[in-house]
Amino acid sequence: MKKLSLFALAVLTVVFMGCGGGTSQSAGNDSGSKAASKKEESGVIKGQAYVQDGVSEKNALQVAASLDDFSTLAKAVMAAGVENALANNGPLTVFAPTNAAFEKLPAGTVETLLKPENKQKLAFILVNHVAPSNYPIETLEKNIKKGRKLFMASGEYLPVEKKDGKIYVGGTPILKSVKVSNGWIHVIGDVLVPKSK
Amino acid sequence: MKFILKSFSILIVFALTWSLSSCGGNMGEKKADNSGSALGKSTAERVFVAPGQHDEFYGFISGGFSGQLAVYGLPSGRLFKVIPVFSQDGEKAYGYNEETKPMLQTSHGFVPWDDSHHPDISQTNGELDGRWVFINANNTPRIARVSLKSFETEEIIEIPNSAGNHSSAFVTENTEYVVAGTRFGVPIPQRDMSIEDYKGNFKAALSFVKVDPKTGHMNIAFQVLMPGFDYDLTHPGRGKSHGWMFFSTYNTEEANSLLEVNASQNDKDFIAAINWKKAEEFIKQGKGKMMPAKYAHNVYDEATMKATSTMENQVMTLDASKLPGLVYFLPTPKSPHGCDVDPTGEYIVGSGKLAAALTVHSFTKMLKAIEDKAFDGEAYGIPILKFEAVNAGTVVQPGLGPLHTEFDGKGNAYTTFFISSEVVKWKLGTWEVIDRKPTYYSVGHLMIPGGNSRKPYGKYLVAMNKITKDRYLPTGPEVCQSAQLYDITGEKMEMLLDFPTVGEPHYAAGCPASLLEDKSQKIYKLEDNQHKYATKSEKEAKVVREGKNVHIYMTMIRSHFAPDNIEGVKVGDKVFFHVTNLEQDYDVPHGISMIGANTSELLIMPGQTETFVWEPKEVGVWPFYCTDFCSALHQEMQGYVRVSPAGSSTPLKWGLDGEWHN
Repeated sequence: MKKLSLFALAVLTVVFMGCGGGTSQSAGNDSGSKAASKKEESGVIKGQAYVQDGVSEKNALQVAASLDDFSTLAKAVMAAGVENALANNGPLTVFAPTNAAFEKLPAGTVETLLKPENKQKLAFILVNHVAPSNYPIETLEKNIKKGRKLFMASGEYLPVEKKDGKIYVGGTPILKSVKVSNGWIHVIGDVLVPKSK
Repeated sequence: MKFILKSFSILIVFALTWSLSSCGGNMGEKKADNSGSALGKSTAERVFVAPGQHDEFYGFISGGFSGQLAVYGLPSGRLFKVIPVFSQDGEKAYGYNEETKPMLQTSHGFVPWDDSHHPDISQTNGELDGRWVFINANNTPRIARVSLKSFETEEIIEIPNSAGNHSSAFVTENTEYVVAGTRFGVPIPQRDMSIEDYKGNFKAALSFVKVDPKTGHMNIAFQVLMPGFDYDLTHPGRGKSHGWMFFSTYNTEEANSLLEVNASQNDKDFIAAINWKKAEEFIKQGKGKMMPAKYAHNVYDEATMKATSTMENQVMTLDASKLPGLVYFLPTPKSPHGCDVDPTGEYIVGSGKLAAALTVHSFTKMLKAIEDKAFDGEAYGIPILKFEAVNAGTVVQPGLGPLHTEFDGKGNAYTTFFISSEVVKWKLGTWEVIDRKPTYYSVGHLMIPGGNSRKPYGKYLVAMNKITKDRYLPTGPEVCQSAQLYDITGEKMEMLLDFPTVGEPHYAAGCPASLLEDKSQKIYKLEDNQHKYATKSEKEAKVVREGKNVHIYMTMIRSHFAPDNIEGVKVGDKVFFHVTNLEQDYDVPHGISMIGANTSELLIMPGQTETFVWEPKEVGVWPFYCTDFCSALHQEMQGYVRVSPAGSSTPLKWGLDGEWHN
């Protein structure tokens, strides 16, 4: 547990930079107004993912994006355009594959998925890692005891099991857990490829 | 469209003709000047703040008889928040939850409503510093201090020896004092006496409330006891006149009935000039008199999240009739209402409600007149200065029913006229009228951000109207009041926008958004929560019975309460829900309400704890739920309390997800 909180602390102290950051600086706008959210060059406001306030606990997106070990996931989230979903009020539980997890996929898979034409497919794979609810480890353990299913945002159900003192989701063990402002991140070493795709 | 345009111009012509004929002015324009600014932007563009963009100014517009203070953006006129100050607010549980009930305590007991009039932002060196906004309660005299970090009411002090605290809550240029003045003369101390014996027997107290420069905490430093006139408005001296406070008076006739006639007999009433630095000296010399007085002082503590109410029992007084040099009267025609000081501190503008002209006094001339003893008699021992000796000039026939004046910092003054429904721009020093624009309708106060300081931000002017009649879609007999926004950067004023307001927009204070927005409170750190009944983790959640009192230590986080099942509560119990929002994320409040609770919901900000009381009267299983749409599973955020008969042996226990504790 001590390890976990240290990890969380480290995660939380890392400044969020991964996604191009927000632009809440009082930019010299001649009307004196200031942009609340990041704008694309076209002037379209992108949304909650880009709001920074400097005091809140970091949300799932900010934590994932701040760590080197999740740079592939962060890149994939941006490419799939699901960043606002991870920064949303939730509650949500993200089973976050490490960079190594993505590397386990057949060669070229990630590159292919990152292509614009595969945006929807990538989004589907990513939301298969997100449960739209608040699942700390204790609750996952209870799920096992009570036979409750783990419903994912993809619409699929993931099996949850306990083996050798470890919690497994979709057949892969949870390596670490991090509390985030809008729920939990559980780190896993495999990508949870949906059955139905 | 053509038809509308045509009707509009007819309306304008009509309005202008009417204003010309009614006030005899000669400055009316033939057509509305809406051709746009130098930048060539349309009127709509100049008030349009695009989605996601922020306004340039904050406007704090009092709610008048709503008792509250509303926060708007300018120039858009968008409403952001209504800060509860003097009235209970079920939305925010203000005055309903256990923490804030003490805020509305007075010497008369719990007073759940008031009439909030004049907000004023704290100043340092005569400029807005954006720390607090003060506002007065008119009915049961009080002054409140609202934090401009949390945008919540932090303190309320009652003003004794007063009735109708109208000439308030204006601050001196380093926020040394916030002032209060009685509108009604009253017996001081209060006693049972004939109303007809008013004249010469009733008195009036003008209160100087000291503000702690660090905490903002208020205490009444002294009251100046004055003749029993009606004291209407006030403004502090600034710059050269710093150290003086100017109060307008009416009813110097000391009438006690049918004032609309009997208080309009004298040609001139007074502006009372009070030398508060002199008052401080008198107190040091022991010339003040401590007198018994009962008044409540209510302070909200951010760390414990609890307000306390203390009943004070004495107040320092100074008798103006017996302390030469403390007060002088400046004769001012016809029941002056507004009493406004220009940014240099030289000019004091008196707006005689019934006068045909605006009267402007000179501070420099006033000092000379005092030195020369240019007196025109005295009233109750207070010297009356000769009108000619203090008068700087007169704005001749500016309009009908002048009320209030603010300044743009460029040598211009802007005065509202209630009867002729217009704002008039005139020049300080030459007293010439430069422009006039209609308001819709019957304007009271006006506000220029910083318009009551050494440094006005002379870009916009907000006029606040009492009457709207046909201006908006009708809503039955009661229709909204309104504010109108003018661009005052050019020679002529241009009306850009009007928008409905909360309650009566009595007066307002405004400041640049940049002064406040970056320091606005976002969350409260859970580790700093010192609430007596805080629960800082789900593991600490519990239910404790103390006789008939049941204390529920509950937490809330997306998207559940802990505990959410409680048994062992009985009919006749008093159940305290002490609920802590464990979130540490901006803009994630949670709410809670309990079926049948005779109070409001709680709306709890991240890191805070609040308490409401529920007294179950019927046996059953009764639900509670989250009232703020907090998350995707907000609707799942709910729970039950089992209520057993009085005297039953149902054991007390509480649980979450099937794990019970007792």
